[in-house]
Amino acid sequence: MNKKEMTSSMKTRKLITNIIVHVCLTLLSLIWLVPIAWVVMQSFSGTMAPTSDLIPKSWSLNNYIKLFTDTSIFNFPKMFKNTFIIAVFTCLISTFFALSVSYCMSRLRFKMRKKYMNIAMILGLFPGFMSMVAVYYILKAIGLSEGAMIRVALVLVYSASSGLSFYIAKGFFDTIPKSLDEAAYLDGCTKFQVFTKVTIPLSKPIIVYTVLTSFMGPWLDFIFAKVICRANAEYYTVAIGLWNMLEKEYLNSWYSCFAAGAVVISIPIAILFIFMQRYYTEGLSGAVKG
Amino acid sequence: MFGISKKKEFENPYSLLDAVTKGGISTKLSMVVMGLGNIMHGQIVKGLAFLATEIAFIWFMIQSGINCLYMLPSLGTNAQQKVYNEELGIYEYIQGDNSLLILLYGVATIFLIIGMIFMWMSAVKSAYKTETLAKRGKHVNNLHEDLKELLNERLHCSLLTLPVLGVLIFNILPLIFMICMAFTNYSKEGKHLVLFDWVGLTNFAKVLNFQDSIGQEFWSVLGWTLIWAVFATFLNYVLGMILAIVINRDGTRLKGLWRFCFVLSIAIPQFVSLLVVRTMLKDSGFINNLLSQLGLITKPLPFLTNATWARVTVIIANLWIGIPYTMMQVTGILQNIPAELYEAAKVDGANAFVTFFKITLPYMLFVTTPYLITTFTGNVNNFNVIFLLTGGAPVPVGATAGKTDLLVTWLYKLTVDQQYYNIGAVIGILTFVVLAIVSLVTYRNTGSYKNEEGFQ
Repeated sequence: MNKKEMTSSMKTRKLITNIIVHVCLTLLSLIWLVPIAWVVMQSFSGTMAPTSDLIPKSWSLNNYIKLFTDTSIFNFPKMFKNTFIIAVFTCLISTFFALSVSYCMSRLRFKMRKKYMNIAMILGLFPGFMSMVAVYYILKAIGLSEGAMIRVALVLVYSASSGLSFYIAKGFFDTIPKSLDEAAYLDGCTKFQVFTKVTIPLSKPIIVYTVLTSFMGPWLDFIFAKVICRANAEYYTVAIGLWNMLEKEYLNSWYSCFAAGAVVISIPIAILFIFMQRYYTEGLSGAVKG
Repeated sequence: MFGISKKKEFENPYSLLDAVTKGGISTKLSMVVMGLGNIMHGQIVKGLAFLATEIAFIWFMIQSGINCLYMLPSLGTNAQQKVYNEELGIYEYIQGDNSLLILLYGVATIFLIIGMIFMWMSAVKSAYKTETLAKRGKHVNNLHEDLKELLNERLHCSLLTLPVLGVLIFNILPLIFMICMAFTNYSKEGKHLVLFDWVGLTNFAKVLNFQDSIGQEFWSVLGWTLIWAVFATFLNYVLGMILAIVINRDGTRLKGLWRFCFVLSIAIPQFVSLLVVRTMLKDSGFINNLLSQLGLITKPLPFLTNATWARVTVIIANLWIGIPYTMMQVTGILQNIPAELYEAAKVDGANAFVTFFKITLPYMLFVTTPYLITTFTGNVNNFNVIFLLTGGAPVPVGATAGKTDLLVTWLYKLTVDQQYYNIGAVIGILTFVVLAIVSLVTYRNTGSYKNEEGFQ
């Protein structure tokens, strides 16, 4: 009798805790989801200016139509094309850079290895924008700051320093057993063959992760793009376009279009992100554990 | 040969010192005419490549390199001049010196010279190696074998060349260029935007001086940056961990759904979500509107306009960004904590709070110190959150930095908007110094520093 009472009281206590936990989680998720819901609602709003209501008073698809057809002030389709081209090339170059550097740091042993890793760590401590102005003048000096070369310049800026972000991929390569490499060497493979035929096929998660992050980079950055594009509106990327829609002179006629653009950009990015989240968590917990 | 080089790791049996002291005639000649030694012993393509590099370098130095170096100490003296052309009856501009370009080309030339010295060293070593091998009657590699070696023993050379070149041109060169700027008077103050000079440590003295107006701003921005970084790092860390634990606990249903809700907010590009949050926090924004409709407030709360409010707001808004990140990253590690520890605590009658503070937190702190340092560094350099949410506002009248400005956003304003390039560069260097001290002190005290290879 006594025992039964205790288990039932424990059960009610457990039930109450569970209810409290679930209510808290629901409230928290609401806080986290409201801004996202709000931007989606705003993108379907009938008014162009920002509103302060969660649910708009009138609904329409005009914002999306205006975004893709009204090219007089913000040429969104062109920006989209620019960003896409830049992202594809950035993705190719930086994946190659990041994977080769991580492989060298993880598997090859040579004189400059430790020094390179230390230098990379030191460079990481400097604020990234510190050299932004200097980068612009370097691009200007080699003739990449005008016209169509701006695209080349942006690709270079986004991919050139990917040789410094090798930690996650290196952590991943470290977990591939070295005995596999040794077996391949015994079979007469060169180091390059081991890299392309043993390591790469085993590293699909980290390759997917590297490809996706580098592809997403140009869609997310607006600082470097702004400094390098300056007034050349023809070569703007999506991020600068959206940022400019919030300038004072456009705010009241373009706010809902900003929301529509944000939704258009966020959907693919969010899908990519959720898809690669697994690889991210794996790579990171691997790197921390060593 | 490989037997020797394996015993002493990475030691080259053909060192520069040996080449200089013991090298024969072909090595000695290679010191002047690079690649000659290689050509004499049959490595024609390699030798010609060395020679071509030398010729190109000399041609460059004569064409512009020497001039660039010569201008570097003075950074140019001729200002742009207006001269009256009597024949045409108009004023003509005679182009003056541009100190910025002189500095840039000067630094780039020094880079090239250093690169050339390395090239020269490898040319001499290579000549000495072929000479020794030929003297001993051993096989000298032909071009095909050299190329094959690049895919095998020297694979790191082929794989690293392009990435290192990228880092050199787009990271290190600009960085050194900016560091040089910290020692000049390149700013709009005194109209030194075209022609400027070396001024030594004056800028550092100015920024670190409590009496100077820039100095006062620096110390207050530095103080706020550190407060921000500590709060942003540790609040996110602890709260994110608690969230992960709550979602992971046995009784919680729909784990995947909860995780998805939180992760969704980081899947949205930061500049979108932060700009949206900014609009929601405005005086006439969604949150003020909601609170007044509920009758909780009569006039709008100054979320982003009052200094203290704005500081608290950015820390809280950063929780919105950061907690899901931490949750995502620590979930895997949390599951690695030995279950015996928790069972033992349960037997001893510890409640959830005691277990968290006595077991989970110490364990996590022990395992994730490197991650915490990276997050701390990331937060000191957290440009997006501040720039997109407040833009540093509220800015006191006449000041260059706002009340919520971090060192990085201040640096951005100083260089891009206000053209105080020299002060901006000093701020960048000092940020680096602060971060380097914090990271070094913490790294030295962690286990993972003491045995890096231990995990491999």
